[in-house]
Amino acid sequence: MELLLVLLVGILYSAGIYMMFRRSMVKLLLGLMLLGNGANLLIFLMGELTKGKAPIIDNDQIHFIDAYADPVPQALILTAIVISFGLTAFAIVLLNKVYSTTGTDDLDSLNIQDLDI
Amino acid sequence: MLLLIVFVFVFAFLTLLLGKFVHSKFFKFISIVPFLLFLFFTSFIPLLKDGTKNIFYRTEWMPSIGVSLDFKLDGLSLLFSLMITGIGTLIYIYTSSYLRGHPYLNRFYTYLGLFMGAMLGLVLSDNIITLFIFWELTSVTSYFLIGFNNEDESARKSALWAFSITGLGGFFLLASLVVIGSITGETSIHEILSHSNSIQGHEAFGLILVFFLLGAFTKSAQFPFHFWLPGAMKAPTPVSAYLHSATMVKAGIYLLARFTPILNDGDLWSKSLLLVGGVTMVYGAFHCVFRKDLKGILAYSTISALGMLVFLLGIGTELAIYASSVFIVVHALYKASLFLITGAIDHAVHNRDITILSGFGEKMPILATAGFISALSCAGIPLTFGFIGKELIYESTLEGGVTYLAIGLTVIAVVTNIFLTCSGLLAGIKPFIGELPKKFSKVGKLELGIALPPFILAVLSLVFGVFPNWINQGIINSVTRSIYGDFINLDLKIWHGVTTALLLSGLTILLGVAVYFIVRQSHNSMRFIERFEVFAPQHMIEKLIEKIRVFAYRYTGLTQNSYLRIYLIVIVLFFIGLVGYKLFADVPLQVNTEDLSAFRSYELIVFIITVIAILFTISTSSRLTAIASIGVVGYCICLIFVFYGAPDLAMTQFAIDTLTVVLFVLVLFKLPSFLKLSNRRIQARDAIVSIAFGTLISLITLQALVSPADKEISRFYAENAYTLAKGKNVVNVILVDFRGFDTLIETMVLSIAALGVFSLLKYNTKDEESSE
Amino acid sequence: MKKVQNSETRHLDSTILRTATNYLLPLIIMFSIFVLLRGHYLSGGGFVGGLIASIAFVLHSYAYSPKETLALFRFSPLRLIPTGLSLSILSALLPILLGLPIMTGVWFAEDVVVIGSVGSALFFDIGVYFVVIGVVLTILFTIAENV
Repeated sequence: MELLLVLLVGILYSAGIYMMFRRSMVKLLLGLMLLGNGANLLIFLMGELTKGKAPIIDNDQIHFIDAYADPVPQALILTAIVISFGLTAFAIVLLNKVYSTTGTDDLDSLNIQDLDI
Repeated sequence: MLLLIVFVFVFAFLTLLLGKFVHSKFFKFISIVPFLLFLFFTSFIPLLKDGTKNIFYRTEWMPSIGVSLDFKLDGLSLLFSLMITGIGTLIYIYTSSYLRGHPYLNRFYTYLGLFMGAMLGLVLSDNIITLFIFWELTSVTSYFLIGFNNEDESARKSALWAFSITGLGGFFLLASLVVIGSITGETSIHEILSHSNSIQGHEAFGLILVFFLLGAFTKSAQFPFHFWLPGAMKAPTPVSAYLHSATMVKAGIYLLARFTPILNDGDLWSKSLLLVGGVTMVYGAFHCVFRKDLKGILAYSTISALGMLVFLLGIGTELAIYASSVFIVVHALYKASLFLITGAIDHAVHNRDITILSGFGEKMPILATAGFISALSCAGIPLTFGFIGKELIYESTLEGGVTYLAIGLTVIAVVTNIFLTCSGLLAGIKPFIGELPKKFSKVGKLELGIALPPFILAVLSLVFGVFPNWINQGIINSVTRSIYGDFINLDLKIWHGVTTALLLSGLTILLGVAVYFIVRQSHNSMRFIERFEVFAPQHMIEKLIEKIRVFAYRYTGLTQNSYLRIYLIVIVLFFIGLVGYKLFADVPLQVNTEDLSAFRSYELIVFIITVIAILFTISTSSRLTAIASIGVVGYCICLIFVFYGAPDLAMTQFAIDTLTVVLFVLVLFKLPSFLKLSNRRIQARDAIVSIAFGTLISLITLQALVSPADKEISRFYAENAYTLAKGKNVVNVILVDFRGFDTLIETMVLSIAALGVFSLLKYNTKDEESSE
Repeated sequence: MKKVQNSETRHLDSTILRTATNYLLPLIIMFSIFVLLRGHYLSGGGFVGGLIASIAFVLHSYAYSPKETLALFRFSPLRLIPTGLSLSILSALLPILLGLPIMTGVWFAEDVVVIGSVGSALFFDIGVYFVVIGVVLTILFTIAENV
């Protein structure tokens, strides 16, 4: 399974970067989201996959008695997911605002206006 | 002493406020402040008279790095303080008439006050760091003064020139001071004094000296950095008079004098000073007689005089240093006076062309007297202070006996003085004799405020010329002592008997007058000089700057082409190149498949769905499809989290994914539809780059899996989750307890994002409403 | 004009959905509180709980309209953000009152049914819960209103 996930990480990164190379701002944002997913998965992989067992201590125990998933990457990813939501929301609004003021989604044509100033 | 300097700065800012409430004709009364300062410094003269005593003031500032606000009052700094405040007072009085009714008069006084404070700080500070700070402050404040007529483009340009040249010099100065400080381990100048041997013996001494001299030479307008000074003539005349007679440019001289006992090694030091000073004084003297603009003449003669001072310091003998201390005063007196006279004429008739101006003597008797005396002092006629200065200069060049060096030095000095004499006559006498041109016949009487300051200065030239011992006993001896170090007792005499120096003086005056008459005849002398403009340092530097600008433009066009994707591609390519190289070169690539778990069929299905969704996201031309596919990718990842023991993650990912899709749908129809903006070739290029990048990431991940990370931290959290934090869901415990502070910050970040969205959109609507 | 039509037809005019939402909304919110409270022992917590609650309101706004959803609140959801933040910070500062370093976990001696031991961490999590609801609703409603 790790191999599959490694492959998936690679694909997510490639797709994300590819989307970021596009001229459209919306695609740029989508690319960023794909990239973020790839990064989350990468961190998750670093914590060694453990089938089925969440890092939750059994009800009647005070310590883990069998194998458990690594909690640290999970905490990191949880934070990353929530933050990325804030980022996405802000970026969408920003894009929308740029589009409504400049009337274009093309990053290149934004440049030309920038030079005029 | 610190209080005094702080007071000057506060006073400067107070004048700024004053302008709002006080009529500009009352501004002359604030001249009392510099005058009081002048009196204050005068009271130190008897104390420092014999030159054996220095007065120290010390306030700790940054003791940990050895920077304290040390101030020292010795002969040298006292002389400069007296000149700064004394001439400053006259400038204050003069300005109140000269710029009366100017809308920004208060601003001008503020700049002037700040500059005065900076200069005082510079000459009084005894710590190399504070010295440097005040040094830079004089550059900054002089920038404002020179560019005071900020609506005039050429004034702004010359202010910038002056600032960049002196500022550049400041950096060099800082470098040398820092090195000096690190060699000696001291930042206080009088402490460093005792380490002069270790500095001169240090292997970096050459570097220190070059950097130090660059700092001093740029400030005191030595060749080839001299050209900012004539440019600075764009400033109002009081500024020129103040900056170029006694203060700003003399700061460089002060610095050289102050560090003479530390850096004078008798070889490199004197050679460079002699060379630069000699070239500058001849160059400036030669140039000044070919100018038509009165201020231009004075500017170049100032450069020449500064060169003379550097030259004298370079000779470095007791007598030469004595001569230089005298000449500082001589020059300050006559040059300030001549500048003020020029300003007075300019103020009256708005003309500074020497070929036109003549015959003002009858209309302006006081000014004419002042001009006459100053010109004589500049020419070195007996009974003026200038005569004594000139005698001393010749004596010190002749001191070496009949050697090539001594004769060479003397010849240079004589040539310079001939031209300086001529320039003095041009600026001080020419405008007042002859016939008054008809168009100026209506010129009225001058105000006292304008005529008096140059007159006072001229009278001082005369008084010191007749009674030289007053100033000699008072201060010159102690100045020489603080520069030269040893006790010294020389006398200023009006009459030395018939000596070589006297003969040379006579020769100088005769030839100077001759040159004056020659120059007066030929009005097109300017054109002669213009032919050499191509070789002028200013011209060359301007060319160089232009070249740099063009280069920067091309370079920026190449690298900063403002295409985001190009930047990204460059970054990604470099990443691939560097990291990829490191990976293949240093890490033994190995894939250990044994430890990896096999995948089950449903996992494969999830994987395939994800890949298809990703491909859809990339390739679709419909926004809705793209967003839906992104959503699918998110849900698939959510499933993976479920498979591998991360229920918290799965829930969060699920919720966030839903919300993101909702968010996109809300604004979807306001977002532009996708356009096909790139052709196949570009797409292929991007695809290759991004696939390479993804492959590299996959390889790195694989390598990382081979050598798993240290689980120490995870183990700590897992084992202590319940015992320390009474929680059993370790992820949650990490979030709200172990790393609670991070979570707190995270919620703040989220809040900021929400506020950002809120303000962005609310502002938008408000804007639209107001425009509607 | 076309865009205006679009945004108006966006709300699904479905009676079934509305009726369902009426029952679902309180249910989902109760579920979110349940997820929040059990977070320390089983999977869940402030983030997830807040997100689930937000989804409930989003569902309501789809069934009716953002305005009607806002009407459910007596105050702007923006205010939930400072409320939640101060709750979190207060729970972090609480140990100082007891003479302990900042952010030290403190608990009541007695366990509460279902929730388990109630401590400062729980209040911290509740703060997070409020912040998340506030943030998500603010973002979504501002966008729905203004775009």
